[in-house]
Amino acid sequence: MKLADIVSLIELEPLVVIDDPDCQVDTVCGCDLMSDVLAFSQEKTMLLTGLTNPHVVRTCEMTDIKFIIFVRGKRPPQETKDLAKEKGINLYLSPLSMFECCGRLYKAGLGSEIMRRID
Amino acid sequence: MQEQILIQSKIEKGDFTRGGEVSSSLKDILRKLGVPSDTSRRVTIVTYELEMNIIIHSLGGEITVLISSEQIKVIAEDQGPGIPDVEQAFQPGYSTADDFVRGMGFGAGMGLNNVKHFSDQLTVETGQGKKSKFIASVYF
Repeated sequence: MKLADIVSLIELEPLVVIDDPDCQVDTVCGCDLMSDVLAFSQEKTMLLTGLTNPHVVRTCEMTDIKFIIFVRGKRPPQETKDLAKEKGINLYLSPLSMFECCGRLYKAGLGSEIMRRID
Repeated sequence: MQEQILIQSKIEKGDFTRGGEVSSSLKDILRKLGVPSDTSRRVTIVTYELEMNIIIHSLGGEITVLISSEQIKVIAEDQGPGIPDVEQAFQPGYSTADDFVRGMGFGAGMGLNNVKHFSDQLTVETGQGKKSKFIASVYF
């Protein structure tokens, strides 16, 4: 799915834009636990989260995730936006809940990423 | 084979503001060296987990990352207070993190399990009241 379609589907407000709106996003991960993102994220994906601190960006930097969506209308602090710009990570804000965002994206055909099993 | 130091940095207890900077610098170094992205990803996840582990749970410590022709080795040493039950600490979901740490998205009980999963070899020296030392190797 094109990023531009996701923007309209879950009513995204751009906060830090690095990549072209025509770029393709194939999978989504919804998570508020950063160690779980580090543990289970297997591929380049889009993260939906209710957390807004800079460690969300750090976690995505380590796992090569290029898109972060802050759900429930939570605005990240300036240091989170500054770090995202520095690391080349896109930030968007959705007024919708995590459940509503995931539901709309899943219904539109976006899948969850392939998760590893716990050892 | 000769090992070279890629990065060596002290980590302060409770320093969440700078937390992740060592791992981030390492990622840049690995990129410049042309290390394959999958290897780089595994090494930086291991380093980030060990870096945050020192910040969250220890009295402070140091991270050293070494490279040779065969592997990248991440060494995390701290000043204690040690892990009383190592087997339990590696259980997915087990955590002693406080509410502040959990509020930041950490303390989900996956940190050490992640270190083990993304390493090819891992040794741990620790114990109640002792300093801890983790040596995690990722092979090329």
